[in-house]
Amino acid sequence: MSTSTSGSTTESASATASPSQGLGRPELWRWRGVDIVVASVVAVACALVFLLWNVGYEVPSTILTPLLPGVQGLLAGPWLIAGVLGGLIIRKPGAALYTELVAAVISALVGNAWGPLTIVSGLVQGLGAELIFLVFLYGVWRLPVVMLAGAGAGLACGINDRILWYAGADTLFTTVYIVSTTISGAIIAGLGAWLIARGLAATGALGRFAAGREVTARV
Amino acid sequence: MIDPLTARIERPGPIAPRSALAKLAAALLIALPLVLTIDVVSASVALLLDIPLLLLAGLRAKEFWTRTAVLWIAAPLGAVTIALYGATSGTIHFEWLVMRVSDGSLTLAAATAVRVLAIGLPAVVLFVTVDPTDLADGLAQRVKLPARFVVGALAGMRMLGLLVEDWRALALARRARGVADEGRVRRAFGMAFALFVLAIRRGSSLATAMEARGFGGRGPRSWAREAVWDRRDTLLVVVAAVIPIVAITAAVLTGAWNFILGPTA
Amino acid sequence: MTSHTTPATLEARGWGWRYATRLRWAVRDVDLRIEPGERVLLLGASGSGKSTLLQGFGGVLGGADEGETHGALLVDGQKPTDARGRVGMVLQDPDTQTILARVGDDVAFGCENLGVPRDEIWQRVRSAVDAVDLDVALDRSTAALSGGQKQRLALAGVLAMRPGAILLDEPTANLDPQGVQDVRDAVAAALDVSGATLVVIEHRIDVWLPLVTRVIVLGAEPEGTVVLADGSPDEVLGARGAELAASGVWVPGHPPATPPAPSQRPGETLVEARGLSVSRRRGLVVAGPFDIDVRAGEALGVTGANGAGKSTLGLTLAGLIPAESGLVSALPTLAAGEKSDPFRWSSRALLTRIATVLQTPEHQLLAKTVRDELSVGPRALKLPEAEIAVRVDDLLDRLRLSSLADANPYTLSGGEKRRLTVAAALATRPRMLVLDEPTFGQDATTWAELVGLIARLRDEGTAIVAISHDEAVLAALHARRIEVGR
Repeated sequence: MSTSTSGSTTESASATASPSQGLGRPELWRWRGVDIVVASVVAVACALVFLLWNVGYEVPSTILTPLLPGVQGLLAGPWLIAGVLGGLIIRKPGAALYTELVAAVISALVGNAWGPLTIVSGLVQGLGAELIFLVFLYGVWRLPVVMLAGAGAGLACGINDRILWYAGADTLFTTVYIVSTTISGAIIAGLGAWLIARGLAATGALGRFAAGREVTARV
Repeated sequence: MIDPLTARIERPGPIAPRSALAKLAAALLIALPLVLTIDVVSASVALLLDIPLLLLAGLRAKEFWTRTAVLWIAAPLGAVTIALYGATSGTIHFEWLVMRVSDGSLTLAAATAVRVLAIGLPAVVLFVTVDPTDLADGLAQRVKLPARFVVGALAGMRMLGLLVEDWRALALARRARGVADEGRVRRAFGMAFALFVLAIRRGSSLATAMEARGFGGRGPRSWAREAVWDRRDTLLVVVAAVIPIVAITAAVLTGAWNFILGPTA
Repeated sequence: MTSHTTPATLEARGWGWRYATRLRWAVRDVDLRIEPGERVLLLGASGSGKSTLLQGFGGVLGGADEGETHGALLVDGQKPTDARGRVGMVLQDPDTQTILARVGDDVAFGCENLGVPRDEIWQRVRSAVDAVDLDVALDRSTAALSGGQKQRLALAGVLAMRPGAILLDEPTANLDPQGVQDVRDAVAAALDVSGATLVVIEHRIDVWLPLVTRVIVLGAEPEGTVVLADGSPDEVLGARGAELAASGVWVPGHPPATPPAPSQRPGETLVEARGLSVSRRRGLVVAGPFDIDVRAGEALGVTGANGAGKSTLGLTLAGLIPAESGLVSALPTLAAGEKSDPFRWSSRALLTRIATVLQTPEHQLLAKTVRDELSVGPRALKLPEAEIAVRVDDLLDRLRLSSLADANPYTLSGGEKRRLTVAAALATRPRMLVLDEPTFGQDATTWAELVGLIARLRDEGTAIVAISHDEAVLAALHARRIEVGR
């Protein structure tokens, strides 16, 4: 038997925001504590993946490079996942940039070959994904958009690397490299992040996020 | 297990006690100007000038070599790539399929290798001595980055140590369940996914714990530790700024300056 | 020592909460009032909503996009989210409550969030650390603390905020007996100092009963969440003791059912260890040397304080980590054609010989559904599908997981996940089973079930190695003890 005391209200969960509401939604602009912490933790987990991949990519790289110079760009994907995954889970402006940047900072602090410039890479790569999500007004999260965001990060990565690290390379290398990183971004970072997010939602770990609630029904 | 990001060890020397912000700024100041050119002169001069910094940082020998190992591997590998596929000029020494080793590509290769070391060594050495909490304090109090994000990132970073332990446990579990004999790649993916699940569950718990202690509230935040900056920090930053300036000047004077966005790059 | 805050009033008026991911209302229409300074023990079966209620008072449930609410929840007449700092919470998991890397900084965190001036912060930190009797330097690394110390650290962090109410959600569930005592003493000391209102949720209530003045029992009825009982500890336990024990609480005088003593004598030795020293990392001996015989049809209990090396010993006997020095050998009856050192066996060879259940279920979940999880082992053995189906159905039945057969393993409750990981280990019919803290953090019902299951396995001839700091488990299994770390 329920009685409502005067003055009490029933607040219902907001329906999934439609993309047509665009950037005007107020809840889009306020990051909750859990948004910040989970984005940071995703960045940490991705940084661990980075650290493992920093060691692991040497062998495939030495095999791929002689085939076609620049094609080692296909291995760039794992470094781009942080931004795409962060954006996909948190779904707020700045999420992709923040997650990729934090992952890069951790990677730099623990120590890698690229030092402080890792942070620059993180910034640029995060922006690449962020801009795509912005174009879709942070409202569309289907696979094609996510892959596009991965491609955006990959493109940014390719250009960044070419300027900073492969400054002595020729046109063939440059073109192949940037195309490779873009493809790698779309598939490994884009599709990969989407699959990871789907898997995470199925485990119930994303219950506090829209990304978790839209996949599973109320149980 | 004390993880590498949070252990605080007392180190000798004038550099270790400096503010984390100063060390970050120093590493960036050395790196950014040097990146603008790819030539042996600037890279070598910078590397030479880096040496006092490396010696004064207070790292033990074993620590130095372990932490910089990544660089000693990456530098020659990067050099080989450029030597084989770099822009061609001068006498061609070797040619096969798309590989072309020439005078030009060899010079660029040498420059790349030395530059990786000149930028990377001081960065690793400085970053090893950075305490993340100090860095967070500096970024939030002095650079005025939004406090919630900096503190949230710092709290999340603590998970690194736990996740490393988790990785070991995940591997043991796979051995115990009979799936550790083959399919190493597939297993690695499975473990990586499990790691993400663990990370996010912990992160959500951590967020609740932080909210329970008032994190994210509306009022202004105070700081228990003050982010100090003194003259010695300014000195470190100035020294770090001077190194690439001297290196680049040397390169320009000797005519070796080679702008990365220029015609021969 | 004077406190600068007054105890808080906690009130629920027809309050309810439904998570956005659930159909069922976690709490519905509950009416409850807790006066300032009262010390309340909140009990109820799982699903009664007690944890949700506590989190509601703590203001950590989330906003409109995370769930629906009706009615009102009030802390001193305000919404909990507006009363930040009036209520402090200590949660169950020690590892996810340490927020910063150094002890002093972690305790200061709450004060920083409340905008307390710097000098006052450090005064509060020092007195809070003293109040909980945490005898470590302020710049000690928080990662190096034991579970009990971490929980006391969390309590200090809460105390430094000078809250009017202290809420504890199973604070000692993940601790060893020493840790439980330490935390309880710290809470008692904290209450003496601050006089705050206390609400605690726990399964193991014996240590808390002397401290509390009121016991509230919640129940989920069709018409809403109902207060089933509310009164002094003696009244409530006297009237409802048996019922509470059946719902999983350790009520003094109503212990959980324990299995009978072994019907047979121990059988042959399956694994023996001679001069065994164990380590987590090469060169860093944690415990040893031991001479151990693991026998079929017998339970061997490995006991000792947390951190002493119990798990390391168990995992070495199980062939998962290498011995530091000395020998672990499987006798021919177990090895059956393999070499004698279990560490050298392939992981498939381990499946039918030695199975291990690790401490944290989440480390051992490999598949997308419960059914597939149970099939992993048999599939690795390349058993025919029909046989696999038979075994899986049998295990689902025995461990009461049938209704969850198609669920994602991560979505199971704590007790269900534990049953699942034990079931998965049994799917390949191992002759020896190593269990690391099988009843860790579980309520009395799951405890009894697991202990009963392990005892049955023992009687069927499986060799059991049970690592546990819980003396009651080892007593219930009539285990032969090996003490580590003394």
